[in-house]
Amino acid sequence: MSRLPVKKTYKLFIGGAFPRSESGRTYDAEGQNVARASRKDVRDAVRAARAAQPGWAAATAYNRGQVLYRIAEMIEARAAEFAELCSGRDEVERSIDRIVWYAGWADKLPQVLGGSNPVAGPYFNFTVPEPTGVVAVLAPEEPPLLGLVTRLLPPLVGGNAVVAVASEARPLAAIELAEALATSDVPGGVVNLLTGSATELGPVLASHMDVNAIDLCGADGDAPELERLAADNVKRVVRGRADVQSPWEIASFLELKTVWHPMGQ
Amino acid sequence: MAEIDKPQSEVEVPGDWTYASAPESRDIVHIRDRYGYYVGGEWLEPTETYDTIAPRDEEPLAAVGQATTEDVGRAVAAARTAYADGWSSLPGSERAKYLFRIARLLQERSREFAVLESLNGGKPIKESRDVDLPLAAAHFFYYAGWADKLEYAFPNRRPRPVGVAGQIIPWNFPLLMLAWKVAPALACGNTVVLKPAETTPLTALLFCDILRQAELPAGVVNIVTGDGRTGAALVESEDVDKIAFTGSTEVGKEIQRRLAGTGKRLTLELGGKAANIVFDDAALDQAVEGIVNGIYFNQGHVCCAGSRLFVQESIYEPLVAKLERRLATLRVGDPLDKNSDVGAINSAAQLEKIRELVASGVEEGAEIYQPPCVLPEKGYWFVPTVFTNVAQSYRIAQEEIFGPVLSVLTFRTPEEAVEKANNTPYGLSAGVWTEKGSRILWMAQRLRAGVVWANTYNRFDPSSPFGGYKESGFGREGGRHGLEPYLEFEE
Repeated sequence: MSRLPVKKTYKLFIGGAFPRSESGRTYDAEGQNVARASRKDVRDAVRAARAAQPGWAAATAYNRGQVLYRIAEMIEARAAEFAELCSGRDEVERSIDRIVWYAGWADKLPQVLGGSNPVAGPYFNFTVPEPTGVVAVLAPEEPPLLGLVTRLLPPLVGGNAVVAVASEARPLAAIELAEALATSDVPGGVVNLLTGSATELGPVLASHMDVNAIDLCGADGDAPELERLAADNVKRVVRGRADVQSPWEIASFLELKTVWHPMGQ
Repeated sequence: MAEIDKPQSEVEVPGDWTYASAPESRDIVHIRDRYGYYVGGEWLEPTETYDTIAPRDEEPLAAVGQATTEDVGRAVAAARTAYADGWSSLPGSERAKYLFRIARLLQERSREFAVLESLNGGKPIKESRDVDLPLAAAHFFYYAGWADKLEYAFPNRRPRPVGVAGQIIPWNFPLLMLAWKVAPALACGNTVVLKPAETTPLTALLFCDILRQAELPAGVVNIVTGDGRTGAALVESEDVDKIAFTGSTEVGKEIQRRLAGTGKRLTLELGGKAANIVFDDAALDQAVEGIVNGIYFNQGHVCCAGSRLFVQESIYEPLVAKLERRLATLRVGDPLDKNSDVGAINSAAQLEKIRELVASGVEEGAEIYQPPCVLPEKGYWFVPTVFTNVAQSYRIAQEEIFGPVLSVLTFRTPEEAVEKANNTPYGLSAGVWTEKGSRILWMAQRLRAGVVWANTYNRFDPSSPFGGYKESGFGREGGRHGLEPYLEFEE
């Protein structure tokens, strides 16, 4: 007689913990019961992100780079499991390599994006990039793992905290990633992953007054309405692509701060 | 008896140290009775006009056009034609030379522009002469140098122009904001339709004469005047590729909404409610000068004005005493008088807004101080004002007043200063005053603002990026970063 397997309960990832949706709702995806996040789950996730963000930004760039590199290690170790939840081994390897590539940017951004400015007068003046704060990400439907990684890493490298909505049809890779993150060194709340309906959660995130930027990669036809809602608090709106790798992707989730000080005796 | 042996008591000491008036002559400026729109290098006759006035005495200066949607459409079409007919493909080195010409012409005609700026906008001549004009010319000079170096500014990104840029600018620094918008746009190979503010169109219209002198190709810069309806028409014009707006957060949000789903590029430089933070070890006299410059510069019509003063409790009393004493020495009066420190409020509507907010401050329980001050009878004026005993919840501590009104609050620890300073939806600028270097950097890192002035305030330079966090907008003007909004990249 064959053994009856233990079925996994798929949950949300908020503040480093794995809660069920407060609504108690689930939906069927990839043959599994997956949590269907609600407006209140978004609220909790944004709160967790806001609370975690200053600490993440205050970590040294070297440390942030190491923490992100560790994610790559975690995925590599579970590569076979991830491969079953996305298009296969190739997507997993590209995701790992992308994380490694972005991790290396953490301690190089200020030199590439900022610098000192030769102002006319006895002042020292410099510009540094800083995280914009809490970033909402609507991950693309495909590819389920690489698409999520592509949109997650740019805001994270710069010191932002993220609330991401996973691919609606193929959320299992995102949940697997959450489990890898939970056992990595990423502080709780820096990455929050929600599963459910992007059409339902998108407007909540786009109009949320404590979200600083939104990546509409997975928004499709909803994008114009979400852009309109984003104006409520002058959000930075990014229309990210599902497969792209560039430091300018990081830059779109950064602010530039310029500091002046007089020079004298 | 030698002069030196005279007893001191016999030397006559003047008893009154008031300044004699030193008016700058306005003869240098020729203002036409009526202005149309500058479109495709020609003056278009407006169908409807309104009077633009001098806020110092409400004297009508000229009739200017209220551009309609059709007028805006013509301007955009002219810009598109100029873009396609050569400007976008002109070598950067040639574009640079046009910008150098404009910079030089502005320098040569700076007195004329300064007088007109003060006349039409109300700001003191010493500011338009020493700040607005030199900075406007410097901006053109700075971006001229970038025009043929864009591939070095953005290595491996193959920059190319965006297309036609619609630019809407405010009334507080009319010519300077024009320079901030036009210079980078042209340097990057775009063409422009610019709408100056309703109340201050004259320096932009005079600037058309500079464009003519510089022999800039027709249609590269087009100027349409009018109120918010003209701005809305520009925002909604289908053939505009990019909108750059400087103004209120309220209007900025509306523009962002209207552009939703259009794919048009947008940069916003919006309002502010900046914290100017003074620690107990600061050089107090310097800090007082910085506070005064921070909030009374340009009558407080400055988006980055240091309108919330945070004073460490232990120095609260001496600092406020020094500040009030200094306030009494500010000379409020004729913008064209070279001795005036504070000029006229830009418009009746703005004066009304300031009065309303000041009344709310009194109403909510703040203590008001205004120095003795004789204001001219005609025109729009407001006495430099300090509010003490202000709670963070008061409207005068929350809302942008855009006038010469300072709210004083207190703090005990650096952590508290940061928390209070950041307690605003805005994030344009901040000031820190302390002699302790490590604390400056600690504060600068934590203040959520695009510009942090430490032991100084309200400094600007074309090489220094300027722009906000949060609801103060997005995008930067100035520096290499100021090129980005006007470029597309092929990656």
